[in-house]
Amino acid sequence: MKIRLENVVKTFQTFRAVKDVSLDIESGELVALLGPSGSGKTTILRMVAGLEYSDGGHIYFGDQDATDIPVRDRGVGFVFQHYALFPHMTVADNIAFGMKVSKVKRDRAAIDSRVTDLLRLVRLEGLGDRFPAQISGGQRQRVALARALAVDPKVLLLDEPFGALDANVRRDLRRWLREIHSELGITTLFVTHDQEEALDLADRVVILKDGQIVQQGTPEEVCRDPQSAFVMKFLGDANVIAAEVRDGRAYAGEISVHAVGVADGRAELYTRPADLNWSTAGPGIAATIARVLDRPDGRRVLATTGSGEPLEFDVEPERVVKAGEQGFVTLRRAKVFAGG
Amino acid sequence: MRRRNVLPGLPLSLGVTLFYVGLIVVLPLAALVIKAASLGPADYWQIVSSSRAVASYRVTVLSALGATIFNLFFGLALAWVITRYRFPGRRIVDAVVDLPFALPTAVAGIALTALFANNGWFGSVLEGFGIKVAYTPLGIMIAMCFTSLPFIVRTVQPVLEDLDPALEEAAQSLGGSDWAIFRRVILPLLAPALLAGVSLSFARCLGEFGAIIFIAGNQPMSTEITALLIFIRLEEYDYQAAAAIASVLLLAAFFMLAVTNWLQARALRYTVKG
Amino acid sequence: MSVFSAHRKPPRVGDNPVFRRGLIGIVLVLVAFVIVAPLVIIGVEAFSKGWAVYRDTITHPDTQHAIMLTVLAALIAVPVNTAFGIAAAWAITKFDFWGRRFLLVVIEIPFSVSPIVAGVAYLFVYGLQGLFGPLLEAYDIKILFAVPGIIIASMFVTAPFVARELIPLMQAQGRDLEEAATSLGASGFRTFFAVTLPNVKWALLYGVILCNARVMGEFGAVSVVSGNIRGQTNTLPLHIELLYHDYQAAGAFASASILALIAVFTIIAKVALERQGAGRVRKQANTAEKAS
Repeated sequence: MKIRLENVVKTFQTFRAVKDVSLDIESGELVALLGPSGSGKTTILRMVAGLEYSDGGHIYFGDQDATDIPVRDRGVGFVFQHYALFPHMTVADNIAFGMKVSKVKRDRAAIDSRVTDLLRLVRLEGLGDRFPAQISGGQRQRVALARALAVDPKVLLLDEPFGALDANVRRDLRRWLREIHSELGITTLFVTHDQEEALDLADRVVILKDGQIVQQGTPEEVCRDPQSAFVMKFLGDANVIAAEVRDGRAYAGEISVHAVGVADGRAELYTRPADLNWSTAGPGIAATIARVLDRPDGRRVLATTGSGEPLEFDVEPERVVKAGEQGFVTLRRAKVFAGG
Repeated sequence: MRRRNVLPGLPLSLGVTLFYVGLIVVLPLAALVIKAASLGPADYWQIVSSSRAVASYRVTVLSALGATIFNLFFGLALAWVITRYRFPGRRIVDAVVDLPFALPTAVAGIALTALFANNGWFGSVLEGFGIKVAYTPLGIMIAMCFTSLPFIVRTVQPVLEDLDPALEEAAQSLGGSDWAIFRRVILPLLAPALLAGVSLSFARCLGEFGAIIFIAGNQPMSTEITALLIFIRLEEYDYQAAAAIASVLLLAAFFMLAVTNWLQARALRYTVKG
Repeated sequence: MSVFSAHRKPPRVGDNPVFRRGLIGIVLVLVAFVIVAPLVIIGVEAFSKGWAVYRDTITHPDTQHAIMLTVLAALIAVPVNTAFGIAAAWAITKFDFWGRRFLLVVIEIPFSVSPIVAGVAYLFVYGLQGLFGPLLEAYDIKILFAVPGIIIASMFVTAPFVARELIPLMQAQGRDLEEAATSLGASGFRTFFAVTLPNVKWALLYGVILCNARVMGEFGAVSVVSGNIRGQTNTLPLHIELLYHDYQAAGAFASASILALIAVFTIIAKVALERQGAGRVRKQANTAEKAS
């Protein structure tokens, strides 16, 4: 099912949570709505579900205008942030709920066999008799997904699906959700504030800020070509160096990089820690190492430039660096954004 | 986990508590039980199973049941309306619910009698339909309804307020109709609170005295409640009979307490981690 | 474009307009008939014979005496139950000891026991045929059919009121603050007044007000132990009964109007205290405790 949002607006009291958002989601696509808290991502998800009504604009499911269709008739599967499992029902009864209340009557045997299939799909065979209070967070998450899938939704919507879980469980469930998506091919939209989660899981990432889409694209596109300082910073650690743009080049101290399309004048140069080189000899930006942080996959160096700006960069694990050492930083690649 | 407690005042506060509970609550109830027990099984049984006593149990229990069932529906509707809807006067309704608790039972008794007497505001109208309330078991039921109504409202209301909206949304997203969601999700989650309210309400009805004696006809065998029978035995200086029948009410109260706890534990067994 | 105005909310369960209006209507009518009408008729009946009769009833020496006795009972029973409630709450919430849960149940017993049963029970402690009857008789101390009996019976029926407001709240607040205060060298009483009391003052007041309302209105237990001696052991509720059975309905309602007024003030105070957060924690804690 293809979903289209057209100029969707949502206001809570006086707060404009979503401002004129338009978005197309292709059938079978797995899309992440990524943004900091207050960016309107959950509101958009809830409007797609029909749990909130938009104040303006349209939401189409296929060719049908779904803007005013109540949630129960919209045919979406929604997985809530804290799962919202019915505490007084067993896992099996939770999964069966949608089939039991459906207008399409099914006999017990059909429901039971579907529940068994779903329990197998979410790898919870044998836990059907437990109550939600008796299983782990990761298991609850999978029950919530099975329950949402039980009604054969046209669209699957997940609100911070892994937000309440431990880091290890998250990583496992992420891969597993991706597998389930490939298996079922169901159009899926999920909300997260965790950029790693969005990049790992989604076909396409939609980045939101203050109720508006600031950039969207495949993980590769948004990673390789962030279109704004906000996206650059939000997707990962970034160094900010004050620069001056003249004739398509940005100059910062002794270094310069391409800055095609950036207006002349003051600008900011953004680099990832992995994109900096460290050498004891110039040319480059003179800097002094303040601290070295050791990590399993390398060494993170915190340094200060001659003009007092902080810089972070990574060196190989074998490289000997220590606090107080002086040297020069050069850039392998950088993005330049006007202003600053 | 137990840790060493550094706070002072346990001997004093616990001492005061035990002394007071012992003197004010336990001692009199024990005295009552001793008095009733001193009768011996045969005499005791004869008193508590006398036809007049049994008739009083019947009218008390049946009226209490009727009143509690009415309050179950009315109380649930009232709690629902107060928590789920916004309408002018909602806060006043919310406050007025406590009136039966705040209004002394004797005051409620004479007020209800005045309303339902055959020349009263309601009584005269009902008379036209051939319904007599005052001085009939129906009057007993109405007095019981009045005094025990807040129990169910006040136990259900907070649970209804704290019900996670996501549960309802989840049920809606799974296609449930309002009725299906109410029956399968909301009602079961309210059940422990409803049970608690129902048993509190029922216990209160069983023991109610002040509000009833004015509106009930107090005719032996038909409109004489058990509490009144005890009172009458006292006025006849038949203390042993009073003790015996009072012990039946006391037992009923303890039985209700036990049943309530058991039912609640059962109704909430799904929350037990295992 | 949507036909509805801005800020539409999707319907929740029971938001169907017909159902909603119907249910509100039914509930309002029932509330008016079952709860409000009795209050209104007290006022109507109290003044049914005119202002003069009302004034005469209120100023009659017997009524005055009944009012005094009712106030006296409240003045003694309420503070005693308040002190007990505080002590019980402190012991139960700040310490772990064997039988703690059982004590909680015992404290709540008066709520489940019929006031008549309570009154009868007191007869068998202090009455002539009771445990201490002969002893009291020997020293010529009158408890039953006298003012002390009325006060003690009132204490029984209202014993749990303050305790059950304080216990859930103090339970929820834990022991950290008190432990901090004690570790800084504060005495037990100092800790209570400086640390605990400010946090529970509204709940305490709430319990006190409910306790007071019940003491002033208690009928069943008091009518057993009072002896109903006009001008001597008649509290206001008993006085109402007496007048009522004397076919002085207007007088009975006039006296009742005083108690009804107290009930209305109690409710207003209750609402005001609930705005300060009293009562609410008890409900939450109750549900939390039952869920655990």
